Amino acid sequence: MDFGIEHWLCVGLRHHGALLGLNYIDMLDNYLPILLFIIVGIAFGIAPMLLGRLLAPNNPDPEKLSAYECGFEAFESARIKFDVRYYLVAILFILFDLEIAFLFPWAVVLREIGWFGFWAMALFLAILVVGFVYEWAKGALDWE
Amino acid sequence: MNSIMPNLYPASAEIFVLIMACVVLIVDLYCGKKLPGIAFVLTQATLVFGGVIVWLTADAHVALTFSKMFIDDLFGDFMKIAILATMAIAMTYGRSYLDDRGLNKGEFYLLALFATLGMMVIVSANHLLVLYIGLELMSLSLYAMVALRRDDAAASEAAMKYFVLGALASGFLLYGMSMIYGATGTLQIDEIARQLAYHAANKTVLLFGLVFVIAGLAFKVGVVPFHMWVPDVYQGAPTAVTLIVGSAPKLAAFVMAIRLLVGGMFLVNEYWQLALLLMASFSIVLGNLTAIAQRNVKRMLAYSTISHMGFMLLALASGVIDGASVADLRFSVLNAYSAALFYTVTYVLMSLAAFGTLILLSRAGFDAEMLDDLKGLSRRSPWFAAVMLITMFSMAGVPFFVGFFAKFSVLEALIQADRIGVAVFAVLMSLIGAYYYLRVVKLMYFDEPVDSTPLVAPTGLRVMLSVNGVVIALAGIAPNSLMSICALALGYSL
Amino acid sequence: MDMLTLCIGIVLAPLAGSAVAGLFCRVIPRWLAHSVTILGVAIALAFSMLVYQRVGAGETMNVNLYQWAVSGALEFNVGFLIDRLSVLMMLVVTSVSLMVHIYTIGYMAHDPGYNRFFSYISLFTFAMLMLVMSNNFVQLFFGWEAVGLVSYLLIGFWHTRPSAVYANLKAFLVNRVGDFGFLLGIGLLAAFAGSLDYVEVFARAPELAKMVEPATGWPLITAICIGLFVGAMGKSAQIPLHVWLPDSMEGPTPISALIHAATMVTAGIFMVARMSPLFELSETALSFVLVIGATTALLMGFLGIVQTDIKRVVAYSTLSQLGYMTVALGVSAYSAAIFHLMTHAFFKALLFLGAGSVIIGMHHDQDMRNMGGLWRYMPITWITSLIGTLALTGTPFFAGFYSKDTIIEAAHLSSLPGAEYAYFCVLLGVFVTAFYSFRMYFMVFHGTERFDRSGDHAHHSDEGEHHGLAPGEEPEESPWTVWLPLLVLAVPSVVIGYFTIEPILFESWFGSAIHVGQAHDVLSLVAREFRGAREMGSHGLFSLPFGLMLCGMLLAWLLYIVRPRWPAYIAKVFRPVHGLLMNKYFFDRFNEIVFAGGARVLGHIFWRGGDRLVIDGLLVNGGARLVGWIAHASRLLQSGRIYQYAFAMILGLLFFLTLLSPRV
Repeated sequence: MDFGIEHWLCVGLRHHGALLGLNYIDMLDNYLPILLFIIVGIAFGIAPMLLGRLLAPNNPDPEKLSAYECGFEAFESARIKFDVRYYLVAILFILFDLEIAFLFPWAVVLREIGWFGFWAMALFLAILVVGFVYEWAKGALDWE
Repeated sequence: MNSIMPNLYPASAEIFVLIMACVVLIVDLYCGKKLPGIAFVLTQATLVFGGVIVWLTADAHVALTFSKMFIDDLFGDFMKIAILATMAIAMTYGRSYLDDRGLNKGEFYLLALFATLGMMVIVSANHLLVLYIGLELMSLSLYAMVALRRDDAAASEAAMKYFVLGALASGFLLYGMSMIYGATGTLQIDEIARQLAYHAANKTVLLFGLVFVIAGLAFKVGVVPFHMWVPDVYQGAPTAVTLIVGSAPKLAAFVMAIRLLVGGMFLVNEYWQLALLLMASFSIVLGNLTAIAQRNVKRMLAYSTISHMGFMLLALASGVIDGASVADLRFSVLNAYSAALFYTVTYVLMSLAAFGTLILLSRAGFDAEMLDDLKGLSRRSPWFAAVMLITMFSMAGVPFFVGFFAKFSVLEALIQADRIGVAVFAVLMSLIGAYYYLRVVKLMYFDEPVDSTPLVAPTGLRVMLSVNGVVIALAGIAPNSLMSICALALGYSL
Repeated sequence: MDMLTLCIGIVLAPLAGSAVAGLFCRVIPRWLAHSVTILGVAIALAFSMLVYQRVGAGETMNVNLYQWAVSGALEFNVGFLIDRLSVLMMLVVTSVSLMVHIYTIGYMAHDPGYNRFFSYISLFTFAMLMLVMSNNFVQLFFGWEAVGLVSYLLIGFWHTRPSAVYANLKAFLVNRVGDFGFLLGIGLLAAFAGSLDYVEVFARAPELAKMVEPATGWPLITAICIGLFVGAMGKSAQIPLHVWLPDSMEGPTPISALIHAATMVTAGIFMVARMSPLFELSETALSFVLVIGATTALLMGFLGIVQTDIKRVVAYSTLSQLGYMTVALGVSAYSAAIFHLMTHAFFKALLFLGAGSVIIGMHHDQDMRNMGGLWRYMPITWITSLIGTLALTGTPFFAGFYSKDTIIEAAHLSSLPGAEYAYFCVLLGVFVTAFYSFRMYFMVFHGTERFDRSGDHAHHSDEGEHHGLAPGEEPEESPWTVWLPLLVLAVPSVVIGYFTIEPILFESWFGSAIHVGQAHDVLSLVAREFRGAREMGSHGLFSLPFGLMLCGMLLAWLLYIVRPRWPAYIAKVFRPVHGLLMNKYFFDRFNEIVFAGGARVLGHIFWRGGDRLVIDGLLVNGGARLVGWIAHASRLLQSGRIYQYAFAMILGLLFFLTLLSPRV
């Protein structure tokens, strides 16, 4: 690495202390789409719930109110013992789920990055496959 | 968009280790039952050949690749070889220990290989994110290795602490990196330096970033006040893992410090030097004093690590002399940093030997980790008692052992930087420190053995430990060759 | 072979021999131990001769072989400086060492420590060679300490004898005093010359001469030279650091010959000669050297007169001769000192080995009062001892004459302060030397045979070993391994002075190895009167020193052959003087009472007040208590609770943030 200490020392120290000027107003303009995105996102989350509350029939009974997913009581002490396999599955799920986060932008620019981009992702997936083979063969995906 | 194939040649060793890690994983999965030693053999082969590849691809030319995110220079090559060798030695020591405890599974070797890969990436990082990826790869593997003995409460607790605190430290580091990015507009380390030199940066943001980065770094090195994990992890982890946690990562952390602080932020050295100096002084005091009160050897060595790393930081913090001319500055910087490197390398050598001796004394169903377990070692095995004696003398800095020369060169750097007070203080503290090293010697040579069972250890461990001891002794007789290698390796990069 | 290879061979051959004999001393047979060490030393001698040829042809060499460590600008090297001075020393060391090795086969034949002994003397040869071949002060000091160590080991070779252990301890302690000065000198050089390399230091000597030592204001060069010379006083046994040498005779006789007569004790002389470019710059130091040397030469000679132990006589004679060499150094006649060193090495080794041969003949009885008339029984020993005695006393044409006469003449011509005193001492010394030497010679080889007096002298030592001849037994000539070295050494004792005086002293054979300032160059004055070795010898027959020597000899003959009852009578009449001499001027007593006793009293005070009260009570135990307390307190910090750990990290972070921020 070309650190070139002496050079910076001579040239750079002179510039020290001055503040970097930033135009905050211009910067905020760039964030407007994000603000809109947030508003739409919140609305998109709230609207179905509101609609459900307003439109759906509401006849509760104990069976209906009991937990039906993942086997946990919904309102209980958080410190109970439960099967560690839930975590295992959840972690493995997240692991393979997250690769999608790479795949989307990759797919968008695939034309531009060409074969190199293609093989880079292939390599990434291959490594993931190795991990997948491992967890499968180890029996991490078997519940019993 | 840059779609040109990057030059893979500078990264060939890393690529090799990665491929071999995958191979070990698959091979152990399908043949592990039939060929129990296969993972060990493949791992050792990987480490050795990885070293050979580093050696063969090393040249004085500095190569940048992967959009300048990856750097391959002689300093990095030297450190990679040191890391690979350290890991190989640690594997040799650990094997029988793990075997006796049913831990000798493919996962251990796999994790070790990934940790090695992480360290190699750290060594070659020229970009903050690459550095971070390497760091996380190393750290996560180490967390998992500490937790390898799942049914052991102490090990799990240690792993949990290590993980949580490590995550916190990673957070610090990332936060610091983002601030530095904010101040300089780049994540590339040499570019950061250039920005600081030619363009004004917001100094408040920069210094905040710097402190956070230093905190993250200090956690990895294990110095006060970011040291709390060290004793618990050293004690809780299986000795074979402690051996790894206590050796190779120190080398990687040293490179990280050089790359970040010297390579990236040399222009604000007065700030980070002050921080390092304070952390170093606290570490030397706390490490040496607390080690005295320990009855557990692993814990004692943990505190000794803290003080040793403090000593190393003293040299890192002494590179710059006020009012020096450019040529003098270059000389003093090189002097101080190669003293720090020499200190780190010798420390790793000594810590390998110390933990190796503990493994030697352990056997199935028994972990040698109390001071009393060392009693009368000279009668049980004069040779290995002598190895431990050399190691302890060297750690204590007794003259004409290599540790003395390491301390001496650090003190020289301090005096050169006109920090005579700190130097005197460091000497006094290492005098106090000598007490607990010499206590080990006293126990080995002057006390009756509590446990007189003959030592059982495989040949590989015996041979490697003997070589380790001899190397320490030889390095004490002829410290100059190692010192000049250190200076040479650094000289090409600074 | 090139010179460097030869030099490495010279050093390593004895070391290898020593290692083989020493490391395997319990397994290998005796013949192997002695042949391997003799082979090593023989190789060293042969190579030294080859190097001598090259150096004689004008070649010199100054190389650093290996860099041991670097500290700032100071380098610690292993290297060789081969010039005429070192090569001469190498020849003397290796040749005498070889003779002693051979002699030892016979002398130590029945000793259980046979292999160990050979290992030690080879190790000594190695160390001594390292010392003389060094090109820097670090290696010089290494060799210096190494020969001291081997000397310590060998004086105490019979380590079951309390007297031997006492003697080696004494040698060790007294030498430490000298080493202290030596180290001070080296340290001053390192601090002010900034180098430990001879050539560099000598190049800077003129600058040093202008400086003063900042703390005391003394002239720096004088402080350095006196420091170095104090080292030489320890090693070369000059008053008042001479006390260890007579006691060192507790060691086996070959050692007395090799270490305590021919080589190690001359290391100090060699060192000062080597440092001549420094000493030349300080007249104060030279005068100091001169006075110490002259005093030693005379006073130690007197002590030789009253000794009855044959080895002690030779030991005191060595002390006195070392004094002569020191006088030569003091008057800047360095080449004369080295010249006398060389001739002395040969004839003193001869005398010592001759004494050893007598001791063998007498079955390890060393008391001269039990000898007499041995010439009949041990003819070779008798003749060679006579040659040695004649050489020592400075009989014209013998080796000792040339060197000693030159020193006397040099002292006579020198104009340094103290030179008159020195001249007086060395002149009177000639008489004394002749007297005690011939006293020994007559008591041992002539006069009435006293060894057959039954009973009263055959004493038994502590271990029950039998010493001395049994009644009726007669002494016999020693085996060939003992008398062969005597014959070999007798040759140079006779002729070496005759042949070498001219090149060494008057044709500046040493060249640049020895530096003499214009103002001090007494040898050139001596050279003006020099008309060749034969002329000098025949002129010597009519000179004052020879007359004094004859007087000494005749007096000895009168007192010990003609009137053997007189000495006891004289001793009675001059009881105070005799007592003074018998008690060696009370040096030992003085040291025992003032230094040892004082140290004990002081030690007791410090132990009571300093050690037990302040150190133990306050510092050590107090410090330990404090450390322990802090240690336990700091253990409490390590609570094991993860949130406290995290909290500590965050606090630390905040601390550094606030620490660094205000400086923005």
